[in-house]
Amino acid sequence: MGKEKMRKKEFICIVCPNGCKLTAEVSEESGGSSVNVTGYSCKRGKEYGQTEAVHPVRSVTSTVRVTGGDHPLVPVKTVKEVPKEKIFECMEAIRALSVAAPVHIGQILIRNIAGTGIDLAATGNVKQVQ
Amino acid sequence: MKRIEAVIVGGGPAGMAAALSARQNGLENILILEREEELGGILNQCIHTGFGLHTFGEELTGPEYAARYVEKIEKEKIPFYTGTTVLEIQSEEQSKLKTVTAVNRIQGVFQLQADTVILAMGCRERPRGALNIPGFRPAGIYSAGTAQRLVNREGYLPGREIVILGSGDIGLIMARRMTLEGARVKAVAERLPHPGGLMRNVVQCLEDYDIPLKLNCTVAEIHGRERIEGVTLVQVDGENRPVPGTEEFISCDTLLLSVGLIPENELTAAMGAAMNEKTGGPMVSETLETSVPGVFACGNVLHVHELVDHVSREAEEAGRFAAEWVKKR
Ligand SMILES: Cc1cc2nc3c(=O)[nH]c(=O)nc-3n(C[C@H](O)[C@H](O)[C@H](O)COP(=O)(O)OP(=O)(O)OC[C@H]3O[C@@H](n4cnc5c(N)ncnc54)[C@H](O)[C@@H]3O)c2cc1C
Ligand code: SF4
Repeated sequence: MGKEKMRKKEFICIVCPNGCKLTAEVSEESGGSSVNVTGYSCKRGKEYGQTEAVHPVRSVTSTVRVTGGDHPLVPVKTVKEVPKEKIFECMEAIRALSVAAPVHIGQILIRNIAGTGIDLAATGNVKQVQ
Repeated sequence: MKRIEAVIVGGGPAGMAAALSARQNGLENILILEREEELGGILNQCIHTGFGLHTFGEELTGPEYAARYVEKIEKEKIPFYTGTTVLEIQSEEQSKLKTVTAVNRIQGVFQLQADTVILAMGCRERPRGALNIPGFRPAGIYSAGTAQRLVNREGYLPGREIVILGSGDIGLIMARRMTLEGARVKAVAERLPHPGGLMRNVVQCLEDYDIPLKLNCTVAEIHGRERIEGVTLVQVDGENRPVPGTEEFISCDTLLLSVGLIPENELTAAMGAAMNEKTGGPMVSETLETSVPGVFACGNVLHVHELVDHVSREAEEAGRFAAEWVKKR
């Protein structure tokens, strides 16, 4: 076995408004890393702690320009979290995009945004106007 | 005059949930009156995630949460007038009937007679006049909620170099939003020793983007005549007095004020309902009835709620109590 290295990280769970203080101990072994999280009050918090300690991810929400609609914008989100360091690349793709009305809630507007493997979906409806 | 069993003032999450619940509890003749062109309330501009964890067991954006309720309203065929502002509610002593006066572009000013009224007007931001900042009032000063509407609904970025005064949730959310849109948020100043908004928003909106949060700090002066050119920040002590020698100039073209919300209660007070000075909303009984018989209140008009899920639940109660009230008459 390779020698074990421990890293301790403290951060706040952002999954819900409770904001539990989490502590994650990451031990890096030759084969990878294992994370021990304490301080959570629910399963989602534990999962968040495990990801956050090793590779933080965030969902991105923004708006996309719409032409010919009853609104100039449609709100959008990445359907899952993307790696934190990819947020601004996602934003570039979002800003470069313009779609034609109608747009429906749930409609995928970009597949595999910024090479993350995650899609960008509309979170609102925009009707077409003549 | 058209007679309605329950008139609901406001078509945000509170108004929609109250209407659905009133219908489920047996009221057929319901009408929602909404000032904006669409149902959904403030949720339509809250494009971030964080809604519905309790109600739907998943994290939705504001527009998605609203859309789920709009769908139900349409499915239940609950009538609503959008673009319609309620101007006045009057209660008849004798009959206990309410006269609701409203205005829209199609009907002009019109009146309805209602057995019950459910108030669901939400809240609005504290006026900036309440802020006592010396200096001129140049262009480039917005409330955080106004900035949110400009960016998220109209696609207009109010500025490039931003200072935010107040660390309420809307301010924190807007710090991230404007950063994502290419603006530089130079500081969030908070007078108190702790942030006003949720820790999760401090983390994911400020820390994620290295935006400095300056606690015990306020805006001492606003610079610029036509357009804002900068602000002077100053540290304050426990008694809210500026500490001399701590002044710091920060150049900016935009100042956002995120200084809190107050329930929207002109209508309520004008109707003669007893008000609660602490919450800014009306006094209500355990059945969410105001001091005016047959007028109920729910959501942010009653007191400012942190979570929309709580708003929806409270509004369901109000809808049920209103239905029971009508049946008892
Ligand atoms: C920026 C921001 C971020 C938030 N973030 C979160 C979050 O992450 N998670 C969460 O759970 N909650 C969040 N909330 C809180 C939640 O959105 C609100 O508590 C909720 O929307 C309140 O619902 P409401 O129906 O009481 O009020 P509103 O949504 O404000 O609806 C009131 C409606 O009444 C209408 N109205 C007012 N006066 C009249 C009149 N005279 N005649 C006709 N219509 C009228 C208005 O146009 C409006 O549509 C946030 C709120 C804000 C402002
Ligand atoms: S651990 Fe669970 S309860 Fe605590 S903040 Fe995270 S999600 Fe909320």
